[in-house]
Amino acid sequence: MTREITHSQAVNEAIAEEMRRDERVILIGEDVAEAGTPFKVLSGLVEEFGTDRVIDTPIAEPGFMGMAIGAAMTGMRPIVDLMFGDFLFLVMDQLCNQAAKTHYMSGGKLKVPLVLRTNLGATRRSGAQHSQSLQALVAHIPGLKVALPSSAHDAKGLLKSAIRDDNPVVIFEDKLSYQDKAPVPEGEYIVPFGEANVVREGNDVTLVATSSMVQVCCEAASLLEANDISAEVIDPRTLVPLDERTIIESLKKTSRAVVVDEGHRNFGVTAEIASRISEKAFYHLDAPVVRMGAMDVPVPFSPALEDLTVPTPQAIAANAGRIFRGDLLHAI
Amino acid sequence: MNSGRKNNAEQYLRMYRQMVRIRVFEDQANQLYLSAKMPGLTHMYSGQEAVAVGICEALTNEDRITSTHRGHGHCVAKGAEFKAMFCELLGKEEGYCRGKGGSMHIADQNHGNLGANAIVGGSTGIATGAALTSKLLGKGNVTVCFFGDGATAQGLWYEVMNMAALWKLPIIYACENNGYSEYTATAEIAAGAITARAEAFGIEAHRIDGQDVLKVNELAENLVSRARKGEGPFFVELETYRFSGHHVGDINREYYRSKDEEANWRLNRDPIKNFGDWLESQSIADADELVAIGNEVKASAEAAVAYALDAKFPDSSEVDMHVYVGVDHALPYIDGSSK
Repeated sequence: MTREITHSQAVNEAIAEEMRRDERVILIGEDVAEAGTPFKVLSGLVEEFGTDRVIDTPIAEPGFMGMAIGAAMTGMRPIVDLMFGDFLFLVMDQLCNQAAKTHYMSGGKLKVPLVLRTNLGATRRSGAQHSQSLQALVAHIPGLKVALPSSAHDAKGLLKSAIRDDNPVVIFEDKLSYQDKAPVPEGEYIVPFGEANVVREGNDVTLVATSSMVQVCCEAASLLEANDISAEVIDPRTLVPLDERTIIESLKKTSRAVVVDEGHRNFGVTAEIASRISEKAFYHLDAPVVRMGAMDVPVPFSPALEDLTVPTPQAIAANAGRIFRGDLLHAI
Repeated sequence: MNSGRKNNAEQYLRMYRQMVRIRVFEDQANQLYLSAKMPGLTHMYSGQEAVAVGICEALTNEDRITSTHRGHGHCVAKGAEFKAMFCELLGKEEGYCRGKGGSMHIADQNHGNLGANAIVGGSTGIATGAALTSKLLGKGNVTVCFFGDGATAQGLWYEVMNMAALWKLPIIYACENNGYSEYTATAEIAAGAITARAEAFGIEAHRIDGQDVLKVNELAENLVSRARKGEGPFFVELETYRFSGHHVGDINREYYRSKDEEANWRLNRDPIKNFGDWLESQSIADADELVAIGNEVKASAEAAVAYALDAKFPDSSEVDMHVYVGVDHALPYIDGSSK
């Protein structure tokens, strides 16, 4: 049986189901209990699981991140709620120097099974410190796994995989899509890491899109279809591990790719995926691989400016059309 | 010295031996560095032995500690053995961390040591989280978070101390004030009293002589048993001294502390010598017995060093192992080619 629920409800269900299944799972973060976070994603959980397992903290991101690591090392399975992805900069030492390296530095003896839930996405008029998409930062660090659900279905399935994983996992939710509905099975399911989703099949150009950009690329694909260009949309769903094979197989068919992620374009997720395509599918390519991401400026507040900084269906379709027609994007 | 003699010779001799084991371990590690047999460098615990031993003597195997870059003493005191420690210092496969951690990252979870940490103050969160686990599971375990005076300048500690106090976590923050934050006197980096920082959170704070193992142990026994009953957290500042420089390569250090000062501590406030004198004065052991303990420990350390020098390095195939739990080799996993 399938019903339509929101991304937000899907996250809530995933956590509730896993907390019922495993009493070691705890939630920790700012206003996660009665408030249910500012996005109300966690509403109702404290009523069911109590304040021992749904733990409201002071506003001290490095502190509760560090405590979650210690709790994970000693037998708990914490889900850390980081209210905005931008606050990753506050927890980087604990996440990257401690959580990511503990298993390796201990020669495999200690483990840190924790999930850091946070979010990404601009155009919410939230300014430069509440709008960033920082998945590239953590995908760079060995020892972390990184998941980017793009729908309610994947939000639930990937989060359940993350909670059951014995490693530190960072999962980014698209904060603009919390109220978007999608079909989600009634029963138990998980979405395994490292398995890309072919969201839409096509033959002429591959659009590799993450998180918030998947829906944007689907809209771009519809625009392209109107011009008789058939676009395939691939959502990797996890950056670490990355399902390279599905991407490369698509490129063998289409020979052209636009890679789209809402992080900044420079030194970002799209650069990594584009270079892997270039390294592993070079002789299948008919055009340069195009990268699209957030403009390399701090996210501005003014709607007139902010809207300019993120890829749009029109811009993606335009770039896809250019490489399809052979209007190569030559360097100067 | 503590004047109240306890009727527990066996425990006293165990503490004495543990302090000697730390000193001897560090002397051997220093020799490995000076003879260029040890990769990298290391930070000597010598001079601070009474802190680690006095506190760890009050802990059970199930109690946990977190340690620091100057962590060999904590590791020994919590129950580690020489062979696997020297193997770790030399990057050998039989080390506690298969050679992947080294001196600054030794962890020994079988004895409750959650690991040394090379980020100053970096383990305060981990320790407090371990105490949260203890509280949630209700098993009465206590965590001791060791850190130096230098770490009191880091913000993380204040964040987690606040939560530990709010939630009455079973943790003891043990600040080893050895007078120097790397190459800078503590007076130059710490405003006000360090105990006042814990007291600001309503945490019971103590400041004691960290060179007197009996005093340290007496306080630790008291605080640990109270923490088990839910009366924590606690803070202890232990006044101590590192006999060596910041690390083994810090040889010429008169620009930040005088040779007279060092000589005075070594002569008058050596925790091992003073405890040995007390054991003799109380007729718990005579001089010959103490010398015999020293010789026996030295022989076992030398044997462990010889073993570690001959031990195997990890195989090259290990380089991408243990990056992820449940993944044999990280590299093919990360790019999806292991599927």
